This record gives sequence, C-alpha cells and structure tokens, in this order.
Amino acid sequence: MFGDQYSKWVVDRCHVPAACGLSGVMSRDGRPVSGETIIESMRVIHDRGNGLGGGFAGYGIYPAFKDLYAMHIMFEDEAGKAACEELLTENMELQAGEEIPVQPNPGITDPPLLWRYFGVPRGEKLAAGDGAADDFMVRLVMRINTTVPGTFVFSSGKNMGVFKAVGFAEDVGEFYRLPDYEAYTWIGHGRFPTNTPGWWGGAHPFNILDWCVVHNGEISSYGINKRYLEMFGYECTLLTDTEVMAYLFDLLIRRHGLPLELACKVIAAPFWKEIDSDEDTEEAGLYRALRITYASALVNGPFAVIVGHSRGMIGLNDRIKLRPLVAAVKDDLLYVSSEESAIRQICPRPDRVWAPDAGEPVIGELRGDA
Amino acid sequence: MPGNMVTSEFLVDVDHQRCRRCKRCILNCGFGVFDFQSMTTADSSKCVACHRCVVFCPEEAITIRRNPLAFREHSSWDVDKRKAVWKQAQSPGMILTGMGNDLPWLNVFDHLLIDACQVTNPSIDPLREPMELRTFLGRKPDRVEVVPSDGGYRVQNPPENNIELDIPLIFSGMSYGSVSLNVHKALAIAAEKLGTVMNTGEGGLHQELYPYRDHIIVQCASGRFGVHSDYLNAGVAVEIKIGQGAKPGIGGHLPGEKIGREVSGTRMIPVGTDALSPAPHHDIYSIEDLRQLIYALKEATGYKPISVKIATVHNVAAIASGIARAGADIIYLDGFRGGTGASPAVIRDHVGIPVEIAVAVVDAQLRSEGIRNWVSIIAAGGVRSSADVAKAIALGADAVGVGTAALIAMGCRLCQKCYTGNCSWGIATQKPELVGRLDPDWAAERLVNLVNSWSLELKEVLGALGVNAIESLRGNRERLRSLGLDAATTEIIDVKPAGR
Repeated sequence: MFGDQYSKWVVDRCHVPAACGLSGVMSRDGRPVSGETIIESMRVIHDRGNGLGGGFAGYGIYPAFKDLYAMHIMFEDEAGKAACEELLTENMELQAGEEIPVQPNPGITDPPLLWRYFGVPRGEKLAAGDGAADDFMVRLVMRINTTVPGTFVFSSGKNMGVFKAVGFAEDVGEFYRLPDYEAYTWIGHGRFPTNTPGWWGGAHPFNILDWCVVHNGEISSYGINKRYLEMFGYECTLLTDTEVMAYLFDLLIRRHGLPLELACKVIAAPFWKEIDSDEDTEEAGLYRALRITYASALVNGPFAVIVGHSRGMIGLNDRIKLRPLVAAVKDDLLYVSSEESAIRQICPRPDRVWAPDAGEPVIGELRGDA
Repeated sequence: MPGNMVTSEFLVDVDHQRCRRCKRCILNCGFGVFDFQSMTTADSSKCVACHRCVVFCPEEAITIRRNPLAFREHSSWDVDKRKAVWKQAQSPGMILTGMGNDLPWLNVFDHLLIDACQVTNPSIDPLREPMELRTFLGRKPDRVEVVPSDGGYRVQNPPENNIELDIPLIFSGMSYGSVSLNVHKALAIAAEKLGTVMNTGEGGLHQELYPYRDHIIVQCASGRFGVHSDYLNAGVAVEIKIGQGAKPGIGGHLPGEKIGREVSGTRMIPVGTDALSPAPHHDIYSIEDLRQLIYALKEATGYKPISVKIATVHNVAAIASGIARAGADIIYLDGFRGGTGASPAVIRDHVGIPVEIAVAVVDAQLRSEGIRNWVSIIAAGGVRSSADVAKAIALGADAVGVGTAALIAMGCRLCQKCYTGNCSWGIATQKPELVGRLDPDWAAERLVNLVNSWSLELKEVLGALGVNAIESLRGNRERLRSLGLDAATTEIIDVKPAGR
C-alpha cells in the first residue's frame, strides 16, 4: 500500500530519483484526441519503464465542469477520505464528487481509494485579488498533502486530470479507462524508479493546478531547488525530484509572470559563455538578470520533460541534453517523446521530425481561438 | 631564582660538519636565534619553527626538533597549560597569539562527505564540458520583471550593484600594518588575475594599490583607520567590520613599532603611535545604528554593496537576519578558526562557533524568513582546501573567504608569532629588511596557482555531482552526508547521516 512507503520516506525525508519514458501529443486547433492514442504511444516504449509507475494527464477532459477545480485524490483508507472531505467542504463549494471509474487490470494491484471532486474555493475564504483563488488552492493542496494522513491530491487543475498508478503505463491507461476520455493534450509517462519500489503518489505526471510534468531524469540540483521553492511556500511532499519542476513552472509563470519561454531559460539556463558572447545586447541583459536572480531555480542534471498546461505543451531538455527527446509535427498536431518510435506509432508520416537542442524548449500553443 | 621557567618548545641543531659558515641562517632568522663566534650557534629558546633557516640553508645543516624534554604526564594539565601558568606567573600580561584557533575542537568540515553520480545520472567531465563557477555577491531581486520588446523581452529590474566573481572565493581582510605592503600587493595582483577581490582589512589602502580598485573591498572598522572619501570609493564594495572570528567581541591593537611612515600615512595616524581599534564601533551600539552606518556608506559610495563582517557567535542566525534587514548586501561570517595578526589566546581559542554551523543556520534562518536573496553569505575562518570550499557552499555559502591559506601559499609556516612583528617570511612584519623578502609578483603567482588548483578541483567535484554550475551546489545539502558527527549537530546543519 502506498501509505506505508510514503510514511517510511517521509520519516527519512528522502526523495527518489527515477528514469523513464515520456510521450505527449497536442492539437494546436484544440481538437479532441482519444486517450487510446497516448496509450498506444506509451506501449511502444514499455521497456523504458519497469512497471513501478505509469501515468497520464489529459487537458480538456471535463468540458461540463470546465470552470471548476477538478481534484483527483487518492486515499489510503476511509478515515483519510472522511478527514479530507471535511477539509474540502469547509474550504470549497463542491458541485460534484465521485469515485474515479476504473477497469480492474491484472497489471494494477492494490489500488487506493480513488476519488474526484469538482468545485471552487468558498468566497469568504478568499483574499482580494486576481490570483487569490489559485493561491488558495495551492495552499489547500499543500495542506491536505502534508496534514491528512494517507491522503494525496494528485491533480488539482481545471478541465484536466491526472491518472497515475503503480504499473506499466499502458496498463495504467486501461485501468483508468482513458479511451473513454478525449483531450486536446495528452501526456504520458512510464517510470523506471531507481533504488526503491514505486508508489502511487510517486508516479508521474506531477501536477499543481494547471501544470503537469512528466520527467525522465534525475535532478541533481534537487536539494537547492526544493529549498528555493520552500521560500515561496511550496512544500515538496511527494518525495520525488520531479515535483520541483511542476512547482518551478507554477512559481515562474503564474506567480512571477514570466513568459513560458523565459521560464524554460531559467530552468535550463544558457551558459555564461553564450550570454557573454552577446555582450551588451538587450537579450544578454535579460538572460544575465534571469541567471543572477534565479540561480537557485536552475534545474541541473540530466532531464527531459514534457510539461502540460491548459494552453499547450512544452518539451524541454537539460542544458547539455543528457536525456533523449524527439519532437514532430503533423498538421495541427505536435508530438514530443523520448523516442521517435513512440511518435511514429501514432503518427507514421509526420511532416517533420527533429531532436531539439539542449536547453531549447519545444513550445506548442493552442491557436488563439481554439 | 631562574628568570625564565618556560623551557624551549623547539631545539635547533646545526650540523657543523655540513655547515660552511655562510651565515645565511643568521641573516634569515627574524627571531635572532643564530649567532656566530667561531662557529654557528643557535639559541633554541627563541626558535618558533618558522623554517626560514632550514629552507635557506644551502647545506641542509639545520634541523629543528620539538623539544623532547619529558614532563610527567597529566591528562588534565597538559604541558601547554603548565607553560601558560609559568608565563603568566612571570609577567602579568595576557598571553598573545597569532593565526587561528589551534585547539583540537571538532571540525565539522572533516565530518562531511560529498555525493557523486553513479548510473542513474551521468557525471560530467569538466575537461570536456563547460563547468561554471561564476558567482555574484550582493542583493538579488525577488523576481525578474519583463516587458515585450521587439519580438523578445526586456528586463525591467536588472540586478544592480552585484560584484561579479569568476570563482566563489575571495581573499579575506588582512590589514596593512598587520601584514606587509608586499602581502597586500600580492593579494591585489592575484585577485585581478583570478577575477576575484581582496579585502583591505581595517588598515586602509596604500596609494599604490588604488589601480586595483575593481578587485578590492575596502573595510571600515571600529578604528576607522585610513577611512576617507576616496578610500571608500576605491573598491567595489565597502565592508563594515563588526567582529573577527579569532577575536569576537574585542578590538585590536597594532603596536607603535609597526607604524612606520607608510603605515602611518595609510592609516592616517602619527608614526609610532599604537593603533587601537575599539571593541565596538562607538557609533554602533545596536542594530538600528548599524543600519545608519550602512546607509551612510551607501550614500557615500553611490550605493555600492555593503558587506557586514561578524564573528560567528552563538546567536549568529538572529544577528545575521538583523543585518540583512538593516540593509546589508553581503554578510561575511568569520568562524572561530579565523586567523588574526594578534589576539589574546583565551579569546582566540575559546570564543565563537565553527563557521560550518554558522553558515548552515544563517542560510536556514534567512530562507525561513524568505529573505535569502537579500544578501550573499561569505563563509570564512577555517577554509583549508577546495573540499572545504565545496562543503561550505553546499551548506549555504555564496562564496568563501580565505586568509590563512593565502598566507601559507606565500610561505607562512603557521608559527603563530605574527604579533611579534618578526616574521621571517616578510609577511606579518613591517621591518623593511624582512618586508623586502617577499616579492609581490612571486607571491601573487603562488596565490594564482593555489586558487586555480582549487578551482580545477572544485570543477571536478561539480562534475562528479553531475552539475555544471556552482549555483546547483549552493545550499544543496542533499549532496552532503555526515559521518561521525553527533546527531544534534547533524540536525542543526540539516544534513543526513551517511547511509540515509
């Protein structure tokens, strides 16, 4: 059960490095894509995972509740569920709550209680200001994850959802009945955790509000990234290094107002020698300011990530490209994956396939009217 | 009755078979050990084991031994304690000493181990891949604000008044007066070559060093020696020295013998007068007074970064927080192993706490208050190697300060007699015949070699850790483990024990 492992790792205050396979697809026109597609893509890179964690995120899956925060929560037992629901109803106006539909699968054993709730923060709980609801939700998620025993919020954005478990990715996708959902962006992950058994909460994607991250790699700078985020109230509770990536995007983009591409340049910062070679240009001044100010947000070590958000998808490598990442386009569809084979499985004849340079983000954005 | 009951610490033997009576030893010894009648003779009672004679004897005819004189063992009354009582019974002054604490206190650096990559993440070869040590000292903004500009973006609030260093290491303050002008020159030349800075210490800045202004931090201490408007603007930053690791809470005393013409002119005090630094700044009796001086110095320098140097005492975290909130841009933490030109031994050896612990708690305190980016932290006082540099940075320092290591590179043997002014190596002396022994260019080259060697080692450590920028090690305690350190200290410095 994930609770025991979680307790153990909390006591030891360890995080768990992991390696993995990734895949993502998005329609820039906002066209719905079946969950079957991303499962098929992930099936090809089965061997990049080891059965100790798989997961998906889909954007646009809850059109009926698109203005409500969709909380996906796993409970170790009924007691945790009761305590959590009390906290939820105290803080949110809930419009719906139900068990997440699943299809039993021989590859998925011993699932926790899996529920989803839709709602908005109670008006009287909110401070004034535009970001008040989002900030409140971040705090609420952190509070549940740190104070309610055996309980994890693993998804908290609007009109999107994360589905993850211990198992191979394709089994996880079938377990959660993803072919029943349609999304304009799907990202998937098969996990190969090192040094420890996987647990449900530790599977990818990691999510906070609108941001989802799937990650292949090991964040060697985790210790300082985590301590930097703690200064802004983020608590790294899920005990894996990938979590910091999700929180960094949330901090840099939502709270500090950086454009997406600049957030990527903080996380995979250009080398000083590149910045120096553009001496005195406006761009050099900008990158210099970013590196000096956000030194502690540089994510160092091997990584390839796919980041999902409601307006698009980003693929990003570390600054010296120590993990594979391939991108492709076909009509309005953008694909990013650990391997070209995972793209060709679902898009046999892409218009263009390329390997993005180290630290150069692949940014897919929904068309303005989509 | 015997005048001196303190037996010699060392015995000097001259091999008269090998000695060819060149008298170099007589010329070289700053302490007057040697004499010549019909052959070379040595007065062992004056020997401090500085090795100048040994290094310069062309025949290797001189041997210095620890005096093997047997004392009845006593585990509580070790010989040094007995000698201290004899000295103090002989003469009522305080026992003086130089350099840093030499007692065998627990050294936290020596109980920390650094991580490395294996399999799950690749280590990086610094000979093949870029490895960045560039470091900025000064206040950083909370966030970067940008506006669209020409299809790109323009930064609205660039970080201002930061000192850019090529390496996370600066030379610590050592005053002109306590050390020779040639030492200052060597430090300035080396700082320029290395892309870092030297700190003047509290004795002002000699006119000859003004051309090195981009590589100098000028200090303003309680004696205000050599402080004038040009001086304050003669460097990249100003440091207010509140305290020193080797002598927290007490002032300084440079004896009149060391105040010759040049020191006098630089310090702006008469030739031959004692230079007394008061224990506190008499215009700083509280944190709000410090704020006034910080802002006075900012006004006087067009808002250059202001560093505040303190000795690491018990309540260092709260004090550092106050200093950050008082407007400082840099906090220089000088640990209880920091060096000195002269300090009462009782203070040097028994007051303060290790800088390793101080850095860890200050970094944590500033983070808990969300103000870590307001100041840079420099860890000094006990940094002996590139391993110590890496560990201090992983504990939370932005950079380290080195003083003792720099002096050792120039020839210092750690004889701890700096306060006598007799330094045979021309380092801690103002006697012209001794000062002339230290060639600033030669000494600078040795400093550059030492620091470049440490930089290579530091890059190797970063590569092994799988990171390619120093900021990914900074404050990254996840990559440290303690071994043989008590549980309370391990918890306080917030590292895990090895195996966890």
